[in-house]
Amino acid sequence: MYVAVKGGERAIENAHRLLADTRRGDRSVAEVSLDQISEQLGLAVDRVMSEGSLYDRELAALAIKQARGDLIEAIFLVRAFRATLPRFGASEPVDTGAMRVLRRVSATFKDIPGGQILGPTFDYTHRLLDPSLAEGFVPEVPATAEASTAPTPRVTDILGRDGLIESSPQAEDGASVGDLTREPLNFPADRDLRLQNLARGDEGFLLAMGYSTQRGYGRNHPFVGEIRFGEVEVEFSAEDVGFAVPLGSIELTECQMVNQFKGSATEAPCFTRGYGLAFGQSERKTMSMALVDRALRARELGEEALAPAQDEEFVMSHSDNVQATGFVEHLKLPHYVDFQSELGLLRKLRQEFAEAFAEANAPDTMKEAAE
Amino acid sequence: MSKSAVDQVTQQNNQQAQRKAAMAVLAHAEAGEIAARLRNLALPAHQDMREPESGLVMLRGRVGGDGAPFNLGEATVSRAAIRLASGEVGFGYTLGRDGEKARLIALCDALVQSRDFGASVERDVIAPLREQLMLRRKQAAEETAATKVDFYTMVRGEG
Repeated sequence: MYVAVKGGERAIENAHRLLADTRRGDRSVAEVSLDQISEQLGLAVDRVMSEGSLYDRELAALAIKQARGDLIEAIFLVRAFRATLPRFGASEPVDTGAMRVLRRVSATFKDIPGGQILGPTFDYTHRLLDPSLAEGFVPEVPATAEASTAPTPRVTDILGRDGLIESSPQAEDGASVGDLTREPLNFPADRDLRLQNLARGDEGFLLAMGYSTQRGYGRNHPFVGEIRFGEVEVEFSAEDVGFAVPLGSIELTECQMVNQFKGSATEAPCFTRGYGLAFGQSERKTMSMALVDRALRARELGEEALAPAQDEEFVMSHSDNVQATGFVEHLKLPHYVDFQSELGLLRKLRQEFAEAFAEANAPDTMKEAAE
Repeated sequence: MSKSAVDQVTQQNNQQAQRKAAMAVLAHAEAGEIAARLRNLALPAHQDMREPESGLVMLRGRVGGDGAPFNLGEATVSRAAIRLASGEVGFGYTLGRDGEKARLIALCDALVQSRDFGASVERDVIAPLREQLMLRRKQAAEETAATKVDFYTMVRGEG
């Protein structure tokens, strides 16, 4: 029986009104603008775009403001918004090799064509809180140097030329690209679906999964072949126009993980790879993603798959923080009827237990009398 | 194919390359910047063929950067189409939700194809915006270049 219980409307309305007031906080403190969030909390915006799976800085900034800085709530808002828009189609695959690089480092080769470019990074900072940032800090103008026009090829392309690393799997002719926003997930899932899932997966979850592989749960001996962050151009083949139309550029981070080699009687040994790609400057995310992508290839590479990070059903079913938060947080919504039926059952069981207990412990004389 | 047919195809390819190059610049400009440049032109009569609308495009990457494509995530995109009184149809597509910008790009695209306005839209709108874009990119490239590591070897002990 379904029993509708009403009566919470006014409380809910007033709670949301109070939320709006609490969100604004002390009125004597200036209101934060979307530009301020986008410009000064840029990495939070990047994370919301990545896991919200929607590239739009302004919307992500609005979501962060509305969610009072709760990034998972903001991601939820962005996901809900994307469901309101029609889809025009899919872009041409972006070319990360042609990226206008803002940062690019390799942990495997010191001298790479194009060089090691640190860009804006927290690496090598001392992680000491800086009191001068508290107010009125004016940064120095960035240093400049003559820009090189030399290309910055992907490190994996350089290794690939000598056959030292496996080549990327190519699409079969006419193969469609899996899209988990359109079709329900089935297992086993192909690499395209796995990468889509990981790209929008929770950074914390992927970090923990990636970390678990380093600690021995599905060890795959990773090196950072390359991390690059920068701008890539996006093109869209619009049917009405008749050619691939430039849409502008987006910022991406790409991580190429170089992993333990494999070989066989018929194939010379070579390094294997894991891949990470995400919106914005998201290094921790893409590194974790690359570790997990490689771990999920265990079956394909003939490795024993015993660890959680190698179990695609486990990883892909739990990586999405909107799904996860929905299921965890629904527990706080009224479950009065469910709970009443549990309570009724429990009372009945307790009564049966009490009766059985009383009978088992009854004085022997009574038993004898009964016999 | 006859010579004239070949010429026609070449001409079409040239125009397509020109339109694409213009779009690549315009997509990086703000709506206000494009509108300000367009004010320098005596615009011909034109009408909306498709009202500006916003939607999504699924952005794709490639496995390993160079392999099979996969769906990375979506982006907001706006589009519009404009027809000049002289018949040219222009299309505007851009990342983001600025429909007016898509409309301005469509207008520029139509003008680029027009015999009367092709040269002036390139000179007064596209070229200055391109120059501005290149300056911004040069600045970013120079700031980035200053963070490039110059390795040197420390000589230890007495050789």
